[in-house]
Parts: sequence; structure tokens; C-alpha cells
Amino acid sequence: MVHLAPLFVAIPLGAAFLSLLVKAVAPRVAGILSVAAAAALLFLAVVALLGVDSGATAAGGWGAVSEGGVVFLGGIVVVLDGLSRLFLITVAVVASAVVVYGVKYMAPYTGKPLYHSLLWLMIAGMNGVVISGDLFNLYVFLEIGGIASYSLVAFGTKGEEVEASFKYLVLGCVASAAILIAIALTYSATGALNMADVAAAVAAGKVPDAALFFVSALFLAGFGLKAAMMPFHAWLPDAHPSAPAPISAMLSGLLIKTLGIYAIVRIFFSVLGVGWHAQVLLLAFGSISMVGGVFLALGQDDFKRLLAYHSISQMGFVFVALGVNTTLGLVAGLFHAVNHALFKSALFLSSGSLERITGTRKLSEMGGLVRRAPMTSLATIGAALSISGIPPFNGFWSKLLIIVALVSGGHHAVAGIAGLTALMTLMSFIKVQRKALFGALPERLAGVREVSAVMFVPVLALALLCLATGILWPLGLSDLLDRAAAAAGSVGDYMGLVTGGR
Amino acid sequence: MTMWALLIAFLAVGFYGLLAKRNVIKKILGLTILDHAVNLLLIMIGYRHGGCAPIRLPGEDHAGFVARSVDPIPQALVLTSIVIGLGITMLMVALALRIRQCYRTLDGTEVNRLKG
Amino acid sequence: MNDGPGMSLIVRMVSRWLLGFVFVYGLGVALFGHLTPGGGFVGGVVVACALVMSILAFGGKQGPGAFLARAVTTLDAAGALMFLALALFGYVAGCFFTNWIARGEPATFGSTWFVILMNVAILVKVGAGAFAGFLAIVAFGHILDAEEGRP
Repeated sequence: MVHLAPLFVAIPLGAAFLSLLVKAVAPRVAGILSVAAAAALLFLAVVALLGVDSGATAAGGWGAVSEGGVVFLGGIVVVLDGLSRLFLITVAVVASAVVVYGVKYMAPYTGKPLYHSLLWLMIAGMNGVVISGDLFNLYVFLEIGGIASYSLVAFGTKGEEVEASFKYLVLGCVASAAILIAIALTYSATGALNMADVAAAVAAGKVPDAALFFVSALFLAGFGLKAAMMPFHAWLPDAHPSAPAPISAMLSGLLIKTLGIYAIVRIFFSVLGVGWHAQVLLLAFGSISMVGGVFLALGQDDFKRLLAYHSISQMGFVFVALGVNTTLGLVAGLFHAVNHALFKSALFLSSGSLERITGTRKLSEMGGLVRRAPMTSLATIGAALSISGIPPFNGFWSKLLIIVALVSGGHHAVAGIAGLTALMTLMSFIKVQRKALFGALPERLAGVREVSAVMFVPVLALALLCLATGILWPLGLSDLLDRAAAAAGSVGDYMGLVTGGR
Repeated sequence: MTMWALLIAFLAVGFYGLLAKRNVIKKILGLTILDHAVNLLLIMIGYRHGGCAPIRLPGEDHAGFVARSVDPIPQALVLTSIVIGLGITMLMVALALRIRQCYRTLDGTEVNRLKG
Repeated sequence: MNDGPGMSLIVRMVSRWLLGFVFVYGLGVALFGHLTPGGGFVGGVVVACALVMSILAFGGKQGPGAFLARAVTTLDAAGALMFLALALFGYVAGCFFTNWIARGEPATFGSTWFVILMNVAILVKVGAGAFAGFLAIVAFGHILDAEEGRP
């Protein structure tokens, strides 16, 4: 299975360039192509999930090269372990729902092949980040995903969208520069770019503490900016709502996780090791993100902007969970990241449906939609219950796990903040439901109708998955999470995985 | 040492231009400087005083090659990084043109419809 | 001395002489990329420069035509797909990106068609891509000029 891992990048890239190729001759084919590629990717991800073998392979087929007494793995190192498997299946599931939804949602837009092409480039970048076993490759795929997302934010080409995209681009470039400087310094300190070799050099104490501290700070700033950690969050509330709804779902649901959370987990837990400074920073910035995000969300009237602020707040939960630096914290953080991918993408997709139905994003102009658009409302309620942490939805379990991890790690104050944030999230979403879904139907909206099935089925599927993972997670998901956390948390295992093939 | 001082100055100028300048075109210039400063950092890391181009001559052994040449890996990385920089600059210029078209200005302080 | 579309007579004359050389140089740099410094990317940029020069020297006041834009986009995608197909064919030999044709001999042209084909794919992709970027910005410039009333 491991040698098939490059297909996770090859299929999205193929879909991206094929839809560009058919642009000139048959633009309609692009949608069908997109759905077919999503099905293939989902199939491949399920196959990868069922296969339990972890391992590394080097694309290029050179194998181990011995040169002057030094053995090294030639080619592009690709790693498939529990952690990458967890993120690959998450990306595949959410991307499939988004692709199906987008076929109908994007109908009024022009240049649909370009949309499909950029969407698949973004997915290729995310999958590439997840399977890459090499720091520089990780950077390259990060940039591929990043460039595609900058363009997609500006896809509507109206003034606000271009402005948001420019802001996002400027801050994204700062993050990329920080990450590239960190990679360059890591290379100069360890003489390696392969993450396993870097981990070995760090474990052997070859890197001075000051250098390790500086590199960690740069990585944390760069990936923290990509993940919208609170002091670096300014771009997210502009960029995520400005994109078309399927893209908002991809950005909030997946991009900040693969480019932010996954990279932080991989680099800090599997390679550099979490020092006390990284731990303190993750806890502090995570707490600020949780509280700040939810406070800013409370005052919002624009539905998508409200969801974007909640993304910052929910990412804060993941950061504090990682900051505990125990296996339980890691499991809880990863679980919450996966859950957030499911419910936030469902919420963003349903916000797109509601916008399509009512013609507005303002909550104060909606109302009583539960009678007019029952399916979309049902999905919205499911996802909202999940994000507010109502049992038995998945959001409840992951928040509970995070608070338990914080308490058992001795961070009682942070646990208190997390509890408070969970409560305020609930308040915020009760407000959303009262304003948009229940209450009196405004006269203006008297004649509105439900969106077509192509649009509500993917959202309902995601909402059902929220419920299913909430009820069934002790059966299969917890095992998957344990394996992911074990793979991420053990520097030795990761080194063995990559160097074992030599 | 002079090179390292220059490098830090370039990095500072790049970050300053990208973040603090108001004009969109100046931001793009700042980004370009930042890009090349990072590329210079990569080259400086691979540089060895008196080293020559990393082309391995026929029959040369590994140790001799390593002792003689500069490190080729950062150079390969710089090529990739230049290409990425080119892509980003092009996208940024296109966005700047569109900003000019929508807002009739290139002054970043007047491009502020998004709030809250 | 501006008696036609494009730039002045001198520029057009010099461009006419240089264009072919620049174009062939780009192709050469790409084709011999496995032997000498250079390769698909560099060759592609040189070819794109030749195309840009031809537009600058001989292009009219209007933006590029729809046909040209479509052709360039298609070529761009085709080059990328060719590269991806070459990499995928590596599975024939067991692994993604594996050289499935033949391992080359040092300093012999044509001994490793795998690399040459990859260089050609990159040449097409980069040449078309860089030129497409130029065309997009030119077209944008024309729209802006028209909207703001510049001649």
C-alpha cells in the first residue's frame, strides 16, 4: 500500500490539469471529472485506512544509495503512518462532500473548470503536506495549497473578495518566509532535510539549544499563522467568508488543519520534540484564540463571518490540547481537529445553501427557515449541536477529552477557559438558530424554497457523520486516533519507519 | 560577515516593505526583496569559502568531491523557491491590478471595505 | 517612424533577427538539459521570453486574441499532464517516478529518454504557463486602460 501513497497527490493533480484541458473543448465535463476524481480519492483513502502497514517509500525507485560509507534514501520520501492516514481520510471525506455540493452551487459562476482545477490543486497540496517525509517537500506542497487557496478566495473577483485575498496573500507570504527560514536553519544545524534524519540529529543532541529554540519559534509562528492562532488570526475572518461556500468549507474545514495543525503535530511531536517553551506558547496562544474567537463571534450578524470566528476559537481548543504534551492531549487534539473538519465544513456548506435560499448572509434578515428549508435546517442544527458540544454529537466527546487532558495535565485555569468557551459557543449557536431557523418568517422570504438535493445531501451526510462519529467513536475511530497519536508522539517510531527501509 | 549583515538587512527591509508599506506596489516590491533574502540565506548556508561549483568530475571519489565543492542541496532548493516566488509575485500583481480596477486606488489604507 | 502595429521599426527589425535564435536556444537548453546546465524550466522560460518579445515588438493595441489565450491554457495543462503521465508510468517499473525506459550513460545525448521527455514536458508547461501569465496581465492592462480612458 505504501508505494501507492504518491497517488494521493497524483489523482488530484491529474484532475486539476484535466479540467483545465477540457476547459477549451467541453467545460461541462469538468464537474463530472471532479466527482469521479473525488470518488477515486475516497476509495484510495478507505483502502489506505484499512491497510494497517505503515512505512516509507521513496518515489523514483532508487532505493538506498550507499556513497562513501554514507547510506541515504534517494528520491522523494513519502511516509504513510497512522497520523497521515487519519488526515488523508478526513481530507477525502470532506473534499468529496464539497465537490458534490460545488457542482450545483457553482452553477451561476463563470469559469467553472478553473474552479475545479484550483480546488483540486488545493487538495493536492494538502495531501502532499500530509504524506511528505521531507521538510522541503512539505514547504513546496504547502505553497501549492496556499497559492490555490489565495486564488480561490478571490474567485468571485469583486472588490471585497480581492481585498480579502490580498490580505491573506501578504500574511501567507510572511508565514511561508518564516517557515522557509526555519527549514534553512534546520538544514544548516543538522545537515538533513529528511524529517527522520533531522529527528535523529535532534535526538542525538547535535543541535544547540538556542538554535532549536529559534527554529521552533519560527516554525510555530509560520504554521500558527497558517492555522490562524490568535495573535496571527487577522486574515481568517476576511478570507474565509469571502470565498464561495464550498471553498469556505475547504479552507475552514481542511486547509487550516493540514497546513497548520498537521504540520505542527508532525514537526513538534515527531521531529523537533515539544520543549517547555513550545508548550507554554501553545497553551497561551490557544487560550487567547479560544476566548478571543468566541467573543468576536458573539457580536457577528454575518453568518459566514461568525463561523470564521468560531474556527479560530475551535482551533484554540486543538492548540491547548497539543500544548498539554501527553498522549491523551494529542488524541483529544487530533479528535477535535477531525470533528471540526466535519462540522465546520457542514456549517459552511449550509451557510451557502441558506445564502442561496434567502439571498443574504445577515442573520437578522433570516428567520423561520426550518419550515421552508427543512433538510438544510436539519443539517445546520445537527452541525450546530456538534460544534456547541451537545452529547451525543462528536464535538461533545472531543471537548470533554480536551478538558480531561488539561485537568490531568495540571492546567486547571486553561481547562476553566475551555469550559467557558464551550458554553459561549453554545450561546452563540443558540442565537444563530433562533434568528435564522426558528421564529417568524419575514414577509420577504415568504416564497422561498429548499435547495436541490445535490446541495442538501452532502451537508446532511456530513451532519450524520458528526452524529455517527459521536456515537460510534469507541468502536473504530478511537483505535484510529490512538494509532495516529502513537505515530505522531514517538520520535523513535517515526525514525524507524523511514530509516528502516535502508 | 558583511554578507550576513547584508542578509539580515535585506530580511528586515523585506518584512518592513511587505507589512508596513501602504502602497500595494511597494508591498509587492517588499515581497520580492523578502523572497530573495531568503534565497540568499539558503545559498549562504551552502556556501563554503573557496569552494567550487558542485559538478563531480569523472573518476573523482566522494570524499574529495565533498571537500572541494560547495553544498549543492541549498542551490537546488533555491531553484524551487525562486519558481514559487515567481508564481506568488504573478498572482499578487494580478490581484493588484484587480484592486486598482475595483477601488480606483493602490493605496492600501483606502482598500478597507471589510470590517468587523 | 511608427507605421504599423507594435514598436518602432528598429525594435521590430532586431526582434525579427533575434526571435529565431532565442527560440532555438530555449529548445536546446531544454533538450540538452540532462547533459549540461539548464533543463526544462530554464528552456521554458527562454521560449516564453521569445514569445513575449514577439508580442511586445509586433503586437497591436488590442489585447491577445481569445484563440491564443485558449491555446496557451491548453498547452499548459497538456505539459503538466504529460509530466504526470510519465511519473505514473513509473509504476510499470514498480514505483512512482521510476525511470522505466533506460538508465543513461554520462555525457551521451539520447541515452536517457526519460529525462529528455520530462524536460520537454516541463518546457511545454513552463513556456505556456509563463507566457499565459504575461498574456493575462497584458489583457488586464488593456481593460484598465479602456476603463480609465487612457489611449
